[in-house]
Amino acid sequence: MLMRFFPTSAIGTCVWLAIFAAVALSVPASAQTFDFGTAPTAAEIAAINIDAMPDGRGLPAGKGTPSEGKAIYVDNCAACHGTDLQGVKDAGGAPLVGGRGSLMSGSPKKTIESYWPYATTVFDYVKRAMPFNAPGSLNDNQVYAVTAYILYRGDLIGEGDIINAKTLPRVDMPNKNGFIADPRPDVNTYR
Amino acid sequence: MTTKSQRPEVVHDYPDTSAYDPKTRRMMDTMIAAERRFLAERELEECECKDGMFPNPAASVTSRRGFMAGTAIAMATAGALPRLASAAAPPGAVEYAVPEDPTKVQGRPIAQDGGYGTRSQFETEVRWRFPTKTLESSWTMTPLDKSRGMVTPSGLHFERHHGGIPTIDPARHTLTVHGMAKRPKKYTMADLMRFPSVTRFHFIECSGNTFTEWKQAMMKTVQVTHGLTSTSEWTGVPLSTILSEVGIKDGAAWILAEGADAAVMTRSIPIDKCWSDAMLVYAQNGEALRPEQGYPLRLLLPGWEGNTHIKWLRRLEISDKPFMTREETSKYTDQVKIGLARQFTFTMEAKSVITFPSGEMKLPGPGFYEVTGIAWSGRGKIQRVEISTDGGKIWHLAALQGPVLPISHTRFRFPWKWDGTPAMLQSRCIDETGYVQPTIQDLVAARGVDGHPKFGSIYHNNGVQTWLINPDGSVVNGNHQA
Ligand code: HEC
Repeated sequence: MLMRFFPTSAIGTCVWLAIFAAVALSVPASAQTFDFGTAPTAAEIAAINIDAMPDGRGLPAGKGTPSEGKAIYVDNCAACHGTDLQGVKDAGGAPLVGGRGSLMSGSPKKTIESYWPYATTVFDYVKRAMPFNAPGSLNDNQVYAVTAYILYRGDLIGEGDIINAKTLPRVDMPNKNGFIADPRPDVNTYR
Repeated sequence: MTTKSQRPEVVHDYPDTSAYDPKTRRMMDTMIAAERRFLAERELEECECKDGMFPNPAASVTSRRGFMAGTAIAMATAGALPRLASAAAPPGAVEYAVPEDPTKVQGRPIAQDGGYGTRSQFETEVRWRFPTKTLESSWTMTPLDKSRGMVTPSGLHFERHHGGIPTIDPARHTLTVHGMAKRPKKYTMADLMRFPSVTRFHFIECSGNTFTEWKQAMMKTVQVTHGLTSTSEWTGVPLSTILSEVGIKDGAAWILAEGADAAVMTRSIPIDKCWSDAMLVYAQNGEALRPEQGYPLRLLLPGWEGNTHIKWLRRLEISDKPFMTREETSKYTDQVKIGLARQFTFTMEAKSVITFPSGEMKLPGPGFYEVTGIAWSGRGKIQRVEISTDGGKIWHLAALQGPVLPISHTRFRFPWKWDGTPAMLQSRCIDETGYVQPTIQDLVAARGVDGHPKFGSIYHNNGVQTWLINPDGSVVNGNHQA
């Protein structure tokens, strides 16, 4: 059926076959969709669409300050990350502050303030995965507040700053230019 | 099967870790303590059935296993069901009484296992867990020393979890595909299984595999140096089929994959990979995925670092930019000697390791041995594997076991006559792109050792592994000594 539409020259046929083959790999030959599944409602998507991007897309409404975050931190995080955010080895909780300027020292200490390129990642990660023993238990205001507290303790924002969908992406992260693309293969062992 | 020649000798001579900074030192020491414990346990396990090892004469007549099995059979005949996974049997096995002569008594009645088989009670290899402080964020390593062929048994596939292993009812699990999609979709597992399917053998390797070996020969066994790689046969839907279904909008460049575990694990994947060979898999080695491998649905990205193969997949969000999740910024980035960190280092480059003979084994004496191991590359097929017995001066061609499949473990073999003098065994592979597996020193020269605390980027060590054969036949880790 489809052959009828192909040009007849040998080269032309090859080109068409290549295109046809490429298309055939990804869609049925009828060029129609299978149309399995259902269209999710906006509410269904919103219920699981929890990610936040560096430019602020995905960040929900709400806000929080370091002082509000302190109480939330003490109640929900300090047991594993330490009252001074220094980490608790026996709980597996990493330090959340410190290490600024250590990346070139030969003994780098990678924390949010020293290593993380985007502040939005803190919100995104805490909302999805923390507290470790009760993930997803904080509401958006609480996640904003505890994020603000960590950023404040890392000297990244002021004590009175309000963190919300507008301000969080603007927090200047010291190591934002610390990442490069993958250059591999980086050893020339080719034969 | 454990033969006498493979029985480990427990020697507690790990390298001194005091030169490392405190954090690295802690990690190394934890790893060492764990391997030491595993080896001690294994020795106990293997002594149990050895003749003449028991001072107690009663024990030499009936091994602990045989005794326990007697109890289980007595219970069974008394009307109780045979205990599955009885305490005395190794994980995945059931303990049965061992008759003196199996030709003189009837065997076990058929199908009394409930219809799902178990392995022999004499097979003891298990995954070893790295003793992280939490049991929910941890990893286990595949016992490669006992591996045969190219496929990893599903129950021995290595694991890495960040929030424990979720229990998911497939009838309630859905995958939502949205974002820059013309027709966002929500699929049930039944929906996904209606699509045309594909089956492929692929390895998955954690990019942290071999992280202990950057600076010195640190660990003893191949299970710990290389056990974060496994190969399975995977079946599922090409992701390209799903992308065609939902219709990609102009400008789409990345897709966020998200799991339904307690870590709600996420990675951003370039859309080119999604259009090429990415799969949404629901089956492993001919049956449904194991829960530890993402039941009921996992993203499979052939040749890419293990963390990107999102398990328990619940959501794909199509976007123009990467999402910069914690696992692609704080973790899984490779700091190199210039102080900057490489990001999105997806491909697992060509790598091989000799699994027999390997660390903690003991060759009983000079003579013939079949040297064997596995080779794999995230860029395609293994073209060639070479073996050196003198630390890399002379290389010999190994035989590859066919079929040699792209992005899959490939078994190699090399017949070797050991003359009883010290030897340095190495394997090195070349993949179909012509890339030759480098030495660890080559990698260190390119990347530095000071990126991560004193031992280079923790991830992506695909360097050549060295095993030293001592005159007494003992095999030890010989990295950085060739
Ligand atoms: C029960 C212990 C526990 C509690 C409570 C806890 N965490 Fe964690 N946290 C962990 C563990 C364990 C990890 C590492 C998880 C992994 O391995 O992926 C972690 C990781 C993190 C990280 C990533 C660190 C990095 O450098 O990558 C952040 C940020 C974090 N937690 C913030 C919080 C916040 C904020 C709270 C309170 C709302 C909290 N945690 C409560 C145990 C805990």
